[in-house]
Amino acid sequence: MPKYLLLKHYRGGPEPTPNFAPMSEWTEDEVTAHIAFQREVGRMLSARGEFVDAQALSPEGTYVRYGGPDAAPVVTDGPFPEAKELIAGWFLVDVDSEARAHEIAAHVSSAPGQGGQPIYEWIEVRPVMGNAPAVTE
Amino acid sequence: MNDGLLRVLGPQVLAALVRRGTDFAAAEDAVQEGLLEAHQAWAEGRPDDPKGWLLTVAARKLIDAHRSDAARRRREDAAFREREAGPTEQADDTLLLLFMCCHPALSPASAVALTLRAVGGLTTKEIADAFLVPEATMAQRISRAKRTVAGQSFTQPADVAVVLRVLYLIFNEGYTGRIDLAAEAIRLTRQLAIECDEPEVAGLLALMVLHHARGAARIDEHGALVPLDRQDRSRWDTTEIAEGIRILQTALARDRRGEYQIQAAIAALHDDAPSPDDTDWQQILAWYDELVALTDNPVAALSRAVAVGEVDGPLAGLRATDGLDVRLLGHHRLDAVRAHLHEKAGHLDTAAEHYARAAAASRSTAERDHLAKQVARLRTARR
Repeated sequence: MPKYLLLKHYRGGPEPTPNFAPMSEWTEDEVTAHIAFQREVGRMLSARGEFVDAQALSPEGTYVRYGGPDAAPVVTDGPFPEAKELIAGWFLVDVDSEARAHEIAAHVSSAPGQGGQPIYEWIEVRPVMGNAPAVTE
Repeated sequence: MNDGLLRVLGPQVLAALVRRGTDFAAAEDAVQEGLLEAHQAWAEGRPDDPKGWLLTVAARKLIDAHRSDAARRRREDAAFREREAGPTEQADDTLLLLFMCCHPALSPASAVALTLRAVGGLTTKEIADAFLVPEATMAQRISRAKRTVAGQSFTQPADVAVVLRVLYLIFNEGYTGRIDLAAEAIRLTRQLAIECDEPEVAGLLALMVLHHARGAARIDEHGALVPLDRQDRSRWDTTEIAEGIRILQTALARDRRGEYQIQAAIAALHDDAPSPDDTDWQQILAWYDELVALTDNPVAALSRAVAVGEVDGPLAGLRATDGLDVRLLGHHRLDAVRAHLHEKAGHLDTAAEHYARAAAASRSTAERDHLAKQVARLRTARR
């Protein structure tokens, strides 16, 4: 069965939608409600037998690359360019179809934000590479 | 006097079983039972090949343990089965269970999981590993599937085609983890074929066996896909090929053709060719004509284009792919087939472009890597 990575972003992606005020401008109750919703999504996916993984990422990070022979790795601390997209976290799901992955993504996007209204956040849906089928001819 | 020998043989046999892939705990139990039996049996005389004797007995104990495990799981799953079906004939157990596990109310993923658990006798952990999901997720998928099935009526005659589709899906998953799902699908289809006298059941079994026969040649030592025309045919399993052809011929003689019989016939023609040049493409094309007429499946039409390319030349093959764009939108195989045909026609640059597009659209790493290598091969040849 295909797997899909549903990516949430701190920034980047298509034009932000109307209710996309950053979390720093929400009330404490709004933040609590938002987090409760995320947990509920995880529970729903588990109960349906579709859950593989869910993680949240710190916005802080470093870029690291090979420094060349006998050189230390090159490490670049943030902040990264504002234009760069920044991944906030993901749900990894194992589902019957791409249509179902889209359905889950749309639900994740309906998470409550300011005023308890859906945040209409863009969710990036990426297919995970699988195995080659046994019958190909 | 036998004790010393058994003390030496015990670990050797255990190691042999573990090397064969047997779970350590189960192998240990089996060897212990084998040793007990040896103590009694050897008192009257030691066998000629004591290690072979012990290995055979331990292997039998393992099989017994596996059977009783499987039977226990089937009993657990039988609660909901017997409520609707009432007393059942022992011989029809597999068929009945398959009809339940492949109920149309279930999604394909749920039907696959339930079938492997309830009919295949695999543990939830094994199925979870095979599909690379957490065990808890697989447990939920299976219990949800059981609840769905429990609410369904089994008074209507079940549809064998739905069962075959699920078995085909399991086979096509191939080797995902520690569990050989292709072999498991063959085992289940074999059981079904004993109980269900439908030509399409035999057709699917033949199709699986004829593809499985090429398993060893399909993947190289680096884990990369080897296409049919590059496979070392001496590594194909001739016993399986002979069996597949036998099953297929019996099915075709019934003169009630279906898509699995036709696909098996195509696989058989490939398996029958000592080298790619000996392939009877004329006959393969005739079968594809029949398959496309029967199923109107665009993927079958695409495979037919490859056969047209072999029989009437690559340009004719390319023309046969016309009109498939809309129905196979974004499907990497359309580009892969066109790339192959363009290369045969000598259009190397166009072929490389199509291979690159196919690689980008592929949803499997093995295929993506193979297609990317074709791009590299063609572009290197151009330099």
